[in-house]
Amino acid sequence: MELAWILTKIVAIVGPLILAVAYLTYAERKIIGWIQNRNGPNRVGPLGLLQPFADVFKLLFKEVVLPANANRFLFIVAPMLSLMPALAAWAVIPFGEGMVLADINAGLLYVLAMTSLGVYGVILAGWAANSKYSMLGAMRSAAQIVSYEIAMGFALVGVLMAAGTLNMTGIVQSQAGPIWNWFWLPLLPLFMVYWISGVAETNRAPFDVAEGESEIVAGFHVEYSGVAFAVFFLAEYANMILISGLAVIMFMGGWYSPFHGLPLLGPMFDLVPGMVWFVLKVAFFLYLYLWFRATFPRYRYDQIMRLGWKVLIPVTVVWLVVLAGMILGSLGPWFN
Amino acid sequence: MGSAMNAIRDFLRTFLLWELLLGLRLTGKHLFRRKVTIQYPEEKAPQSPRFRGLHALRRYPNGEERCIACKLCEAVCPALAITIESEQREDGTRRTTRYDIDLFKCIYCGFCEESCPVDSIVETRIHEYHMEDRSERIITKQQLLAVGDKHEQQLAADRAADAPYR
Repeated sequence: MELAWILTKIVAIVGPLILAVAYLTYAERKIIGWIQNRNGPNRVGPLGLLQPFADVFKLLFKEVVLPANANRFLFIVAPMLSLMPALAAWAVIPFGEGMVLADINAGLLYVLAMTSLGVYGVILAGWAANSKYSMLGAMRSAAQIVSYEIAMGFALVGVLMAAGTLNMTGIVQSQAGPIWNWFWLPLLPLFMVYWISGVAETNRAPFDVAEGESEIVAGFHVEYSGVAFAVFFLAEYANMILISGLAVIMFMGGWYSPFHGLPLLGPMFDLVPGMVWFVLKVAFFLYLYLWFRATFPRYRYDQIMRLGWKVLIPVTVVWLVVLAGMILGSLGPWFN
Repeated sequence: MGSAMNAIRDFLRTFLLWELLLGLRLTGKHLFRRKVTIQYPEEKAPQSPRFRGLHALRRYPNGEERCIACKLCEAVCPALAITIESEQREDGTRRTTRYDIDLFKCIYCGFCEESCPVDSIVETRIHEYHMEDRSERIITKQQLLAVGDKHEQQLAADRAADAPYR
């Protein structure tokens, strides 16, 4: 009975998540189209709204090509290895007050562990395919993800210091209040570092050297086709939503409305369910992903490394010290 | 002193991601611009009366074909796409017995049309045609005349519109 209830909750999370991934691809094509003065997909169904389904069915019916000298087992397992952590991390994300599958105390650590596991899928895919482009892409993305993990981890240490807990619900609750009460303000540099690392972590533009079309075709997934490719695609977009969700939870006050706790506006805006606020904030960050992709040219590989090691990590270290000072001084509305 | 100030200013700009914000502002504006896409089968781009599409052979209003088999078009054709054979008709005029255009060779330069002394061979505005077999690439005199008959009104109008510039 207990198990059935958990399974129901998992389906209730993963189902909408996959639907969100489908429509994120649609939104991406639409928004980038608009930014380039085009219309974007508008042929399949009204306003092109059925386009994601057309794409899914196309991929499902295509052949999965196994390269001649590939390691068959790892080749098939790699996409799943990259999708599983992307989905598993959602277990500890609170969508609203008490709306969380597993309210564990080490939530933040669990999320860090899961997002780090994703890189195994990428490395194994690149290696197992036995192709030089795959290998190069895998090397690049492994180095990149490992480097940015450090900056990201440091940024999250800041959140940990500010909230005083690793529990995701606790982190949100410690930000209770209007928009200036949320952690993005006292942790602004860490917030920026987190977001930049998050974009790099998901291998999205402008940090998408792992699949840099112009140099190494598609990077680690050149040799993948059909369903196996679709799974990689799903993992990438699920990770984007996850990183956006984490940004909302840790810096943008999770499910709280921007006027929470104010005399008149607060109760009015609290009528809207917390989950709606959460989804709206996540949508904003997802939009940023797409906006960046339409705006910035790709970083060169050495520039990515320089930015990660010589800019982002020092910034986080400096701000951790400043933050410690702020906490000691019980500053402002955040730390008293 | 000035260079130090500049260095500080550049450092701050880099750190505040100033240039990146400028870029985002630009693309953000484009998000709301009018879209320039032409929804092709429903909407089409405007065409000039000089448009050079599929070929046609025209007739005079009395139904007599214009072509006098002077073979100027055959001679001028840079792609050697035109093949003409001719003979004398019973009334003593010279007419073509064969007028083939190989559409795979043709480069749609319009020289045939320009060289024609009687405005017989012309290029129409038809650009959305296809063939389902390689052999269909050669269009014969009958097909060319049929195209001309079908689109004579448009062809005459286009030539009249362009007449002042010829």
